[in-house]
Amino acid sequence: MRLQTRINGQPRTFECEPTATLFEVLRTNGFKSVKQGCDREGTCGACTVLLDGKSALSCITPAAKAEGREVTLVEALGTPADPHPLQKAFVDAGAVQCGYCTPGMLLASKALLDTVKDPSDEQIADALSGNLCRCTGYVKITEAVKNAAATMAKSGVRR
Amino acid sequence: MSAPDPKDFKVVGKSVAKIDAMGMACGLDQYVADLDTGDALCGYIVPSPHAHARMKSIDASRAKAIPGVHAVITWKDLPRNLHTTAGQGFVEPSPYDSYVLDEKVRFVGDKVALIVADTREIAEAAGKALQIDWEVLPAVLDADKAMDPGAPVIHDEPGAHMPIPVPYDPKKNMAASASMGVGDMAKVLSGSHLTHRQTFRTHYAQHCPIEPHVCMGWLDPRDRVVLATSTQVPFHARRITAQALGIPVKRVRVIKPRIGGGFGAKQEVMVEQCVAAMVLATRRKVLLQMTRAEEFVSRARHPIKVTMEGGFNQDGTVNGMRMEVLSNTGAYGSHALTVMCNCGSKVLPLYRMKNVAFDAKAVYTNLPVGGAYRGYGATQAAFAMEVFLDEVAEKLKIDPVEFRRRNHIQPGEGSPVFAALGEGKPGVEQKIGSCGLAQCIELGAKAIGWTEKRGHPGDGPKKRGLGMCTLMQGSSIPEIDMAAVALKMNDDGSFNLTAGATDLGTGSDTVLAQIAAEVLGVTVDDMIVNSSDTDLTPFDVGAYASSTTYLSGEAARKAALDVALQIREVAADYLTEVMKIEPRPDPARLTLREGKVFTADGQHSVTLGQVGLRSLYERDQHQIAAHASAISKKSPPPFSAHFAEVEVDTETGKVRVVKYVTAIDCGTAINPKLAEGQVEGAVVNGLSYALTEEYLFDESGRMRNPNFNDYKILSTLDMPQMVTLMIPTYEETGPYGAKSVSEICINGPCPAISNAIYDAVGVRLHDTPFTPERVLKAIRGAQKG
Repeated sequence: MRLQTRINGQPRTFECEPTATLFEVLRTNGFKSVKQGCDREGTCGACTVLLDGKSALSCITPAAKAEGREVTLVEALGTPADPHPLQKAFVDAGAVQCGYCTPGMLLASKALLDTVKDPSDEQIADALSGNLCRCTGYVKITEAVKNAAATMAKSGVRR
Repeated sequence: MSAPDPKDFKVVGKSVAKIDAMGMACGLDQYVADLDTGDALCGYIVPSPHAHARMKSIDASRAKAIPGVHAVITWKDLPRNLHTTAGQGFVEPSPYDSYVLDEKVRFVGDKVALIVADTREIAEAAGKALQIDWEVLPAVLDADKAMDPGAPVIHDEPGAHMPIPVPYDPKKNMAASASMGVGDMAKVLSGSHLTHRQTFRTHYAQHCPIEPHVCMGWLDPRDRVVLATSTQVPFHARRITAQALGIPVKRVRVIKPRIGGGFGAKQEVMVEQCVAAMVLATRRKVLLQMTRAEEFVSRARHPIKVTMEGGFNQDGTVNGMRMEVLSNTGAYGSHALTVMCNCGSKVLPLYRMKNVAFDAKAVYTNLPVGGAYRGYGATQAAFAMEVFLDEVAEKLKIDPVEFRRRNHIQPGEGSPVFAALGEGKPGVEQKIGSCGLAQCIELGAKAIGWTEKRGHPGDGPKKRGLGMCTLMQGSSIPEIDMAAVALKMNDDGSFNLTAGATDLGTGSDTVLAQIAAEVLGVTVDDMIVNSSDTDLTPFDVGAYASSTTYLSGEAARKAALDVALQIREVAADYLTEVMKIEPRPDPARLTLREGKVFTADGQHSVTLGQVGLRSLYERDQHQIAAHASAISKKSPPPFSAHFAEVEVDTETGKVRVVKYVTAIDCGTAINPKLAEGQVEGAVVNGLSYALTEEYLFDESGRMRNPNFNDYKILSTLDMPQMVTLMIPTYEETGPYGAKSVSEICINGPCPAISNAIYDAVGVRLHDTPFTPERVLKAIRGAQKG
């Protein structure tokens, strides 16, 4: 099957099996920020990507679903030289320990802040409930999302 | 020497950003599976379908004939070198009861054969094509019955033995045994105002690092085996891999890239020797990634039955206590002795007592293998001790907080347990240096509202209750663990810090950089850290036993002190020869701060860049560098007080933790934010263990729920209000006053919640976890009377 999609803003074409998941297509084509923590059953959240800006579990998303759509991965949010406010907030709050769940957490957080500018603790908990973290106890992750929302509100910068 | 004033610290004690966090947040840092996998083949371990069986024969010819299969390795193809998979120092205090592959399997999921294929699907098909004539043996699925006369013998292989002189009797399924006694417990039990006895049971649990075990191996151009692996113990992994396969240590290189959590699961050397065997068989790059289902039956927390008994005076004085331990180590004895001993050595010394006894056994069963797991026996025993004491306090009509205040160990005090109980040998006597437990108790009680809220369950079907506990752990294994750090200076005044220490997400690379930077008067930005590569970094036992900050941190401090001496010499020469300061300043009186070396009067300075350039290019050229090793003479405990507020639904049995307060004394927190992260992560892991995590087995010993749908670990929706209180003390023997922080707090939730449930509904839970079914049954049982 030929898949035409956009990844991190760039048009890309892949050959893949019709049964392939988006996760498999991404990993086998060198997009390694997408992680796997469960047996491709959508129970850990480490494989979260944005599909047209909405959070999606790539391990249970058929690759065909990405046809003609925009796939965003964590490296598209920012770089160490120019991080996204969420990336900076995660680092500053101590929300990154082993970092394995971090790409998925950040993308799920991004999807939240794109729709809710000033989320409550409950809204954050709800948005991140599918993303498991075994290191942090979620306290500093929640704090980081709130801090990022505040920073973005203050600067007026949306990205 | 008086303790430095923490207020004077420039880098230590500050929450600098974790040095690898931004790279991780930008998706740039590499975990094993993100490295150049090239044309790596898939490594696969064929799992045993039986809990206990012998292969009368195994024929791999059909499996080998499948297209895409590169190697099928059976027990006949490998050297039979008994070893332990426990990633401990040499000689390991764990039985040598494992082969890479054996003719016998001992639990469902045990290793049958190794397969290398183009894909996982082909490898699994090859596994199914193995023709095995099984002799299925009766299995031991109940630890209480493992030592019964006539029980099936799990380790009947000739040669299974303990490599150190301690009791071991595999013919009776006894993997370890230890005991100690001080004073006269019989007298305590016959002559005390109150005696009490109670048995507690804790359950299996898995670490659930979000990255399951993963290892990639290949041959380098010198024909050496290189293993990039998710390990907490790179040097032990190198040694044990070599031992298991009968190849020289020098032929193995172990590299730990970033790893996605460990919590003790990756203190086990169980995939590295398999991948090395696959690489040697195929001469190809091989990647072995465990599935989540495989991870669940890799290694687990030992389920332990603990019986407490003791005698107490009316005023709450502890006359003596006895702890009896029966640990289920599963099919292999990895960490069996040491986890079991930790039940005593990390729990009993918390309370002052003259008479104390400890009797422990670990037994083999045909269930998943116990191993190292954050808390390491203290989790299981602290549950027993802290609920037991809650019951004792109630019987004596003493507030549980007050009971602990009266009895907990104080600075300057020792415990007979420290000297009596070590890791397969006597322990090391020590007196407590720093202890902030009194303050932890006071501030924690205040934060939870202990006096106002306790004893007010309310009238509705949902009852509220408060519970608490106090805890200790250790910092490193005294007179056993060693850590080394190397430091060299560059021409811009920056430094390369290389450490054997293993950052598994904890932030130890950052903590070591902070400690060295503090000594050298620079920032963390001036430290380039590389760690955990057996070819390139000095030795370190690895990330376990709450040792890295305390021990590797001390090695970093010592190496930096040595480098600072060398810098002062060059700076003194520079100040005289280039800046014409006469007489030559006394190097000992020069100070390092702000990236410069200052004269004693602060009038003149030379930058570290000028020192670096001079040392490498200009005069008397030499490399400014040092390496230092640290061993510990003691294992200073961190202390913690935990307070839980719960809501128990008496109609469903569901327990909701409303608020959880943790007050902790970890000495100086080198990086407070990272230390808080350790506390919060451990607490939530402990809450998850207490409330929802549970292995379900079928009658054949197979785990029925090896996935995150059916084995629930807590998510953001399950979080209580969390309060973390850092109570600083100064531990004289630790780098800049530091003790450990990583393990202790996982031990609190089981007892604190059990005690809170009692306050809410008057029902004691002596068995974990506190699932709605178990709680409801207990409530209904109490109603029936």
